[in-house]
Amino acid sequence: MRHRAIRPEPLFFELNPRRVRRQGYMLPTLDVPPVEPARVLPANLVRDPDPHFPDIGEMEVVQHFHRLSQLNYAVDEGLYPLGSCTMKYNPRINEQTARLPGFASIHPLQPVAQIQGALRLIWELEEALKTITGMPGVTLQPAAGAHGELTGILMIRKALSTRGDPREVVLVPDSAHGTNPATASFAGYRAVEIASADDGTIDLGALEKMMDDTVAAIMLTVPNTLGVFEHRIVEISKIVHDRGGFIYLDGANLNAFAGRALPGLMGADAMHINLHKTFSTPHGGGGPGAGPVTVSEALLPHLPVPRVVRTGDDYELLWEDPESIGPMRGFYGNFLILVRALTYIRSLGAEGLRTMSDVAVLYANLVRHRLSGAYHLKYDAPSMHEVVFDDSRQARHEVHNTDIAKRLLDYGFHPPTMSFPLIVHGALMIEPAESVAPEEVEAFCDAMLAIAKEAEENPELVKTAPHDTPVGRVDEVRAARDLKVRWMPEDDGA
Amino acid sequence: MSLPAELLYGRSHEWIRVEGDAVVIGITNYAQDQLGEVVYVELPEVGTGVATGEELGTLESVKAVSEFLAPVGGEVIGVNERLEDEPNLVNEDPYGAGWLVKISGSAEGEDFLDAEAYQQFLEQESG
Repeated sequence: MRHRAIRPEPLFFELNPRRVRRQGYMLPTLDVPPVEPARVLPANLVRDPDPHFPDIGEMEVVQHFHRLSQLNYAVDEGLYPLGSCTMKYNPRINEQTARLPGFASIHPLQPVAQIQGALRLIWELEEALKTITGMPGVTLQPAAGAHGELTGILMIRKALSTRGDPREVVLVPDSAHGTNPATASFAGYRAVEIASADDGTIDLGALEKMMDDTVAAIMLTVPNTLGVFEHRIVEISKIVHDRGGFIYLDGANLNAFAGRALPGLMGADAMHINLHKTFSTPHGGGGPGAGPVTVSEALLPHLPVPRVVRTGDDYELLWEDPESIGPMRGFYGNFLILVRALTYIRSLGAEGLRTMSDVAVLYANLVRHRLSGAYHLKYDAPSMHEVVFDDSRQARHEVHNTDIAKRLLDYGFHPPTMSFPLIVHGALMIEPAESVAPEEVEAFCDAMLAIAKEAEENPELVKTAPHDTPVGRVDEVRAARDLKVRWMPEDDGA
Repeated sequence: MSLPAELLYGRSHEWIRVEGDAVVIGITNYAQDQLGEVVYVELPEVGTGVATGEELGTLESVKAVSEFLAPVGGEVIGVNERLEDEPNLVNEDPYGAGWLVKISGSAEGEDFLDAEAYQQFLEQESG
């Protein structure tokens, strides 16, 4: 068990429950006559009842948040095996470059002559991503993966309407990221599900039948959410392209093959890249992220504006282009995330990026090798960067994936992704990512094996976990059905 | 739980009960068990037209959000409003008080299983 604070921590509003008057700072004595807020402000601007901020001293505030930080789990603490999320280490040098004043202290409305370095960085990152994907164009604007998806699908839509062939349907595999059908709907298409074959990849027969002149695009994740490489991707692209459709690749899993395979050669027309997954910029905490989209020749004219254009050694911004889908975000996206991503790419170099992907795949296969005796694998196709087990063996003892995840907390690990992809019932989706030491991956496997043993010998121990955390098993059903999103004074029992 | 013999079953785990010119739709005990505790049910509006196989609504459990499909096409003529406050009925009484939607339409020509055939289908699925 790792060292951490195990006292239950009250809510901020519950500090100082006896309401003893104390404060962190003394305000100067009031030297004007006091005024009742209700007399000078409109009624809707006056808080009633009193918001009830607790009276607490500075040190109490510091201790409160410090203790909360100790209860957190972070990439800097240990393996964070969230499948499909790629929780990798953000090297400290990324933070140094992102804090350089020439990057951190500039303003988007500054004249381009004063921000040549920043524009050059954008241009160089674009070039790097084009090389890594083998695709001729890219936009860095989208703020996250799903935003990248929308950007890509809107470019496809524009290309189809430009050629006078508007279509209605986007095909999405049943193993897709949930954002894929949402993107299709949001862009005005109907998302139609396409079934997986027995090995977890796309069923070519089903695709042959469904691919007609109403289908605008197919959205594919490569490798897919089972961690399985879509090995017939070139055939899939041919079928779709021959019938006038486009290939959208969800590049959330690019970290499995960067430096080893080129999406451009697979036939991709648009692909988003999660810089916060593959290229180590911080992931979690709600962002900011970045979801650049690389495009094929066919979509080049429709890239968002503004675009960075290089003439000799000078960089400019192109704001107008009638063929463009227009801006997808203010200015150039989350710029400081772009700084971090280019730092990572330049730190590793081509050889380093290849090793990154190789180790990500090696670690997933290490987990697969160590755990497949204890946990059931529904799809046994070769694994890339993640591996999806299910809880069917443990379910015989009434132990389910939730229980296994909770028990992992007692062993000091963050649980893997659960109950996704939906085609695997009771899924445990594990992605170690390449940044940790191999001993950390082994320690995680040891914990998983110990839990599998407990599930057989003492299932109650697993079903009532966690035992060593300040808060035990929470009632997730009640939390969802009886939702309280705001603390109210009457809740504190005072 | 045994399967009610008077119902017909779809391969995506919906059941239907024919009531004159209408069919009542729900999900099977197997489906609710796979979903886990349902915390929210999103139902279509009365008057909505749907084709067979189209999404009718969504069921949200603590694990995932799943859509349920229209086993027959037609017009939505009733929804189970109790589910708004009591989504747990889907888990507790899937073939009774946990029904989802009523559609004016016919099961004629659609490919349904009877209780015995659905039972066999379930055994194959889990095998």
